[in-house]
Amino acid sequence: MIKVEINNICMNYHSLTAETPALKDISFRVQEGQFLSIVGPSGCGKSTLLNIIAGLITPSYGEIVINSYDDSSSFSKIGYMFQKDQLFDWLTIWDNVLLGLKINHCITEDNKDRVKNLLISYNLWEFRNHHPRELSGGMRQRVALIRTLALSPEVLLLDEPFSALDYQTRLNISDEVYEIIKKEKKTTIMVTHDISEAISMSDEIIILSNRPAVLIKDITLKFEENFSCPLKRREAPNFRVYFNEIWKELNGNA
Amino acid sequence: MLNQSDEHKIYVKNVKKENYSIILTRIVILIAFFCLWEIAGRLKWIDPFLTSTPSKMYKAFIQIYVEGTLLSHIFITCFETIIGFVLGTILGTFIAVLLWWSEFVSKVLDPYLIVLNALPKVALAPIIIFWVGNGIKAIIVIALLISIVVTIISVLNGFKEVDVDKIKLLKTFGASKLQILTNLIIPASIPTLISALKINVGLSWVGVIMGEFLVAKNGLGFLIIFGGQISQLDMVMMSIVILSILAYVMYEMVAFFERKVVIKNK
Repeated sequence: MIKVEINNICMNYHSLTAETPALKDISFRVQEGQFLSIVGPSGCGKSTLLNIIAGLITPSYGEIVINSYDDSSSFSKIGYMFQKDQLFDWLTIWDNVLLGLKINHCITEDNKDRVKNLLISYNLWEFRNHHPRELSGGMRQRVALIRTLALSPEVLLLDEPFSALDYQTRLNISDEVYEIIKKEKKTTIMVTHDISEAISMSDEIIILSNRPAVLIKDITLKFEENFSCPLKRREAPNFRVYFNEIWKELNGNA
Repeated sequence: MLNQSDEHKIYVKNVKKENYSIILTRIVILIAFFCLWEIAGRLKWIDPFLTSTPSKMYKAFIQIYVEGTLLSHIFITCFETIIGFVLGTILGTFIAVLLWWSEFVSKVLDPYLIVLNALPKVALAPIIIFWVGNGIKAIIVIALLISIVVTIISVLNGFKEVDVDKIKLLKTFGASKLQILTNLIIPASIPTLISALKINVGLSWVGVIMGEFLVAKNGLGFLIIFGGQISQLDMVMMSIVILSILAYVMYEMVAFFERKVVIKNK
């Protein structure tokens, strides 16, 4: 099933002196359960595109369709993860992960149990009464993911979710986050400027050009069964091939 | 292991020793200052009529205390100050919330706030006395006016410094503006609010003493201006010393409150 349809998105930025086109006629589809990454040079409008999909910005032209089995859910179908974890320092981990439910007035026993199980299965339950400053960067980012999952979003949007972490944490946490996302069977769109990270995690990668961004290439990645997680994938023989392909596309357009 | 803990003990001991010597030196300086003042006055190095001496201040203190009015002077000044800074902080924060709520209003009022901030509020005192009467109300209003504009500006700036991504996060949860305010903006601005409170304590003292100079029939500001008028500089100096002690105590109380809140937030 096609989960997300992005149809002919255009976006212009306005200032008093000029109109700057940022995105030009961008269309793509994301299948249910798929992990899609958007890569492109910095400042090309990747994050703008993600904000449009999240419904935070209205595009100048075009539409976003999110297909859902269940339209009765009152929550947003979109979950958003930021570059920094954006945990609230004055709340405990438990209150942080319940924040979305609190905003939606949905703190029921059922929902609490579900969040509790998420914390337990990702080894954060014992830290529920801690405050964010007592946790490491990687753990904080995991808490941020669970806070997002607490509202059971159907589509996850990740905006360079690991780029604020040091390299070692980054590799580890991208493995963990990947595992969580696959286990929870979420459709995911990730924006990143890190080509290796995109290849190691995605099923499909789309490449945007410099501003005004157009979609220049759409690559479907195929790895053999035994390269099942991001860290292992980095050792796959075709990893280099994909890397060079994307590298060429990005530089050909620089 | 034993070695390490010994090392730690020595470290702790040294830190404590340093803290004690800081406090001790402070007290020594204070005592030395008053002793020198007393000696200089008695030996006529300085004119005790102009500078007073600690012993004369003590006599003035006893005299007013025996008259039974001292405590009511102190009480009334403290009362006015506390009302002034609490009202200034609460009203100022409330107005800052309104300005945060409507960017349009905030932009419109910006130049007016700048003018009000630059204006010496004491200049308004004669008008205020006409408006609210010659008494305690006028003093509180002056104290309030002095602290409120600074509160509005600093608290509003604190509100605006909240990370835009955190606001965006709440929006992806579907939060209303009111929910953003109560769940994010206000708790995130608690440190700003407390620092506004600290500044307001100081400003309120200025407002209250100025107000008492102008209108009061009691209070420490009244004692100072009255003492000046009847050439009783002992009384003036004594009032200033009491004022210093009160200001210090009140500041420490706010600092204590701050530590409580900050610990709770941690």
